[in-house]
Amino acid sequence: MSNYRIQGATGEWEVVIGLEVHAQITSNAKLFSGASTKFGAEPNANVSLVDAAMPGMLPVPNRECIRQAVRTGMALGAEIHRWSRFDRKNYFYADLPQGYQISQLYHPLVGEGTLTLDADEKAGIGEGKTIGIERIHVEQDAGKLMHDQHPTRSYVDLNRSGVALMEIVSRPDMRSPAEAGAYVRKLRSILRYVGSCDGNMEEGSMRADVNVSVRRPGEPFGTRTETKNVNSVRFVMAAIEHEAQRQVDVIEGGGTIVQETRLFDPDKSETRSMRSKEDAHDYRYFPDPDLLPLELDEAFLADCKASLPELPDAKRARYEGALGLTPYAAGVLTADVATARWFEALLAATAKPGAEMAKAASNWLISDLFGALNRLGKSIDESPVSPAQGAELLGLVADGTLSGSLAKQVFEIMLETGGDPAKIVDERGMRQTSDTGAIEAAIAAVMAANADKVADYRGGKDKLFGFFVGQVMKAMAGKANPGVVNDLLKKALG
Amino acid sequence: MTDLTDLGVAALRDGFRKGDFSAREVADAFNAAVVAGRALNAFLVETPEHAAAAAEEADRGRASGELRPLSGVPLGIKDLFCTAGYQTTAASHALEGFVPTYESTVTAKLFGAGAGMLGKLNLDQFAMGSSNETSAFGNVISPWRRKDGGNAPLAPGGSSGGSSASVAARMAPGATGTDTGGSIRQPAAFTGISGIKPTYGRCSRWGVVAFASSLDQAGPMARDVRDCAILLETMSGFDPKDATSLDLPVPNWEASLSGSLRGKRVGIPREYRIDGMPAEIEALWQRGVDFVRDAGAEVVEVSLPHTRHALPAYYIIAPAEASSNLARYDGVRYGIRELPEGAGLQDMYAATRAAGFGAEVKRRILIGTYVLSAGFYDAYYTKAQKVRALIVRDFERAWENCDLLLTPTAPSAAFPLGEKSADPIAMYLNDVFTVPSSLAGLPAMSVPGGLDAQGLPLGLQIIGRPLDEQGVLDAGLAIEERAGFSARAGKWW
Repeated sequence: MSNYRIQGATGEWEVVIGLEVHAQITSNAKLFSGASTKFGAEPNANVSLVDAAMPGMLPVPNRECIRQAVRTGMALGAEIHRWSRFDRKNYFYADLPQGYQISQLYHPLVGEGTLTLDADEKAGIGEGKTIGIERIHVEQDAGKLMHDQHPTRSYVDLNRSGVALMEIVSRPDMRSPAEAGAYVRKLRSILRYVGSCDGNMEEGSMRADVNVSVRRPGEPFGTRTETKNVNSVRFVMAAIEHEAQRQVDVIEGGGTIVQETRLFDPDKSETRSMRSKEDAHDYRYFPDPDLLPLELDEAFLADCKASLPELPDAKRARYEGALGLTPYAAGVLTADVATARWFEALLAATAKPGAEMAKAASNWLISDLFGALNRLGKSIDESPVSPAQGAELLGLVADGTLSGSLAKQVFEIMLETGGDPAKIVDERGMRQTSDTGAIEAAIAAVMAANADKVADYRGGKDKLFGFFVGQVMKAMAGKANPGVVNDLLKKALG
Repeated sequence: MTDLTDLGVAALRDGFRKGDFSAREVADAFNAAVVAGRALNAFLVETPEHAAAAAEEADRGRASGELRPLSGVPLGIKDLFCTAGYQTTAASHALEGFVPTYESTVTAKLFGAGAGMLGKLNLDQFAMGSSNETSAFGNVISPWRRKDGGNAPLAPGGSSGGSSASVAARMAPGATGTDTGGSIRQPAAFTGISGIKPTYGRCSRWGVVAFASSLDQAGPMARDVRDCAILLETMSGFDPKDATSLDLPVPNWEASLSGSLRGKRVGIPREYRIDGMPAEIEALWQRGVDFVRDAGAEVVEVSLPHTRHALPAYYIIAPAEASSNLARYDGVRYGIRELPEGAGLQDMYAATRAAGFGAEVKRRILIGTYVLSAGFYDAYYTKAQKVRALIVRDFERAWENCDLLLTPTAPSAAFPLGEKSADPIAMYLNDVFTVPSSLAGLPAMSVPGGLDAQGLPLGLQIIGRPLDEQGVLDAGLAIEERAGFSARAGKWW
């Protein structure tokens, strides 16, 4: 249980949060038309006669969108309804050509499921905190109004009109902004694993309606407000923080919370009233008579199931178990499917992809590769070094060709030139040496030049050992095998 | 030489194939009849060039040995079908000036089979009406007149009134219609022609301006049963662009036509004997019973117990769907736009829709909006859907005892224009015999059965099992062969 509390003037308040996440389904074509869903096209380039709601046009369900929603439901351990139906949600707006949105109110495609948050001690999220999923339904997106194109007119861009969305509705199970943030991150991770949504919140592929209420701990739910279309994890958390505080202030000031729709202003970091329940639309939902009920057969469901990849929780357990990685490393590597894929490609390309190599690969990926990508401002999919090249580098370390520090140098060169590590090592003579004669000579020279320190060391200043290692490595231009240096130094220093 | 406009679809097709006349001659004859019949107001748009071009193509085809199913046959097209390059209005100001860039599946099939288009036919606005009086472009006048000499203009039926009038007045050998609650059958009955509404899903709805999606179904209207079979064969077929389209092969209805009903049981539904049914309708029905018995059928009485609830359920479901289907006529993308000085978006919607829709359309949008609104949904819409399920079950049970049902098509002959236009309930009652089969999605047809005392045609309706268009057409043919219906409207225009 989260201990997150708002300290009001009259005591402590608990926050209750439920999220409705709208996730754009990854598909080439829209939910009910063949038009493209490509992001960033010229306004109204991706509009079919159906999307523009021309007279006599009819929706035809895109099986791929249904398949993706079913797979998502399966990934959340949810009940898949073999019989579901589309309903029309009727309202007038210029970005809604049909005058209704095709959605699923009465019989959604996916029923109850759960999502387990990743534990995060700092954020107050314990092991195994689960959030209930109430339902997932499939619906059409609306178009977009453009108010900045003309002094007195608004323009309509219907590129998004008819694009398939999944609305993933949680139970009001979250109790802190951090939990809500973790929920959105985990959900996004699962969607990306499944491949049903790219999760790009900045492109609008994922956005959340945030339901917030406050109550005294242990009391029944308070009245909730719904803050619409929040489009980043950070904003979700900020919106909750501000909305909860606002509600506490209102209640403690003697007021009451009205059930209403609010908007989040990221610039001012506040929520504003959009419309109250009194002027809420009557959407006149009814079954869409243009569409037959959606009936899924066992073969279709089996195919959906078989196509599911290993999901983050299972992968993480395997990394900790079979690969022996630390919980931290397993968490980092599995949080995002792109990282996990990269890691697995890296491991698979090594000569001995066992637990030992997994540890080395994990360390290198998390510290060296992530460090470099961070510096370059690139995502792992844009990495200038490929998994095969990374594996080759790890192999050179494993077989003693490179020391750790040499490997770091080689990696820098790889980042710059895109070259293969073995070739770089050959061309630049960066191979580490275990030639005891050369190392002994270097040790002798260093000891001769630092006779005072040798004496100090022999007198008990053990810490000077590192100094000698550094000097010898320097003399060997960094190419000496550190293990051999250590052994020989110990012998020479007595 | 015979007047080509006296020939129906089969006769034109066959005569053209034999070389009795050219397709161009046929097109010219009908194009001229269309012009001569303007007083009937059946056509909203005349398209002689379309008919002529199709005819010339047919003539060239014939010369090179290429004959298509409808080569040489020009047709009238109800203005609910979107036609590429030709204004399509649904007889509403809302769509005035709208020229689709696309061709409805049904018209594309007809034109692909060689048919030409004589013009776009008038109808009740958005197919809502039973007399054609709700058209924004003036009502169609039936070619028929009462014998009383009063010359009162009569309703051609509705909503496919332009279709019925044009066929009855020999301005077209056949026409497309659409039927939501009787809009093919009732006008066919009123004008002494035949018309069939196939099983829901036989004809694609793609490109047909929607009225009530779960009920709308296209079908042909023509002078006889064979002509209907020919046209329906071309109009039918699976369309992946319509999710409610039936993915089934189209039978060879024409080739299989038979007027024999030997081994068939024809049911007479008790509940269709409504209070105050005119004696003439009663007599017509009895005549129909005699015809089918003579054709070899066994006649049995059956019960469809929920029939009396069909009309109220229909007038909830159809307006509910219409209220949503017609939301797209908002002035944003096509059709008329009313933008009063200083108007915002909501004002534009209100002004556009107020100017665009006629009174009956508004009435149905209001009814539909009301029955779907929060707090009323279960009491109206949900209950109506339950009634609909009961009606479907009624028919299923009836099929345990019979193969076909025989009823009158409408409770009266054509009435004078204006007689019922002020009383919506009286108007809606016209659909009492046609609505139940629409709610059940069944194939149903009207064929002329005889004349009333005023010399006006009366129709008999045959309803069949799902997908049994053949049975319906065969029974239609059996009646047609025995009724000997040869009356036609005297030419006064």
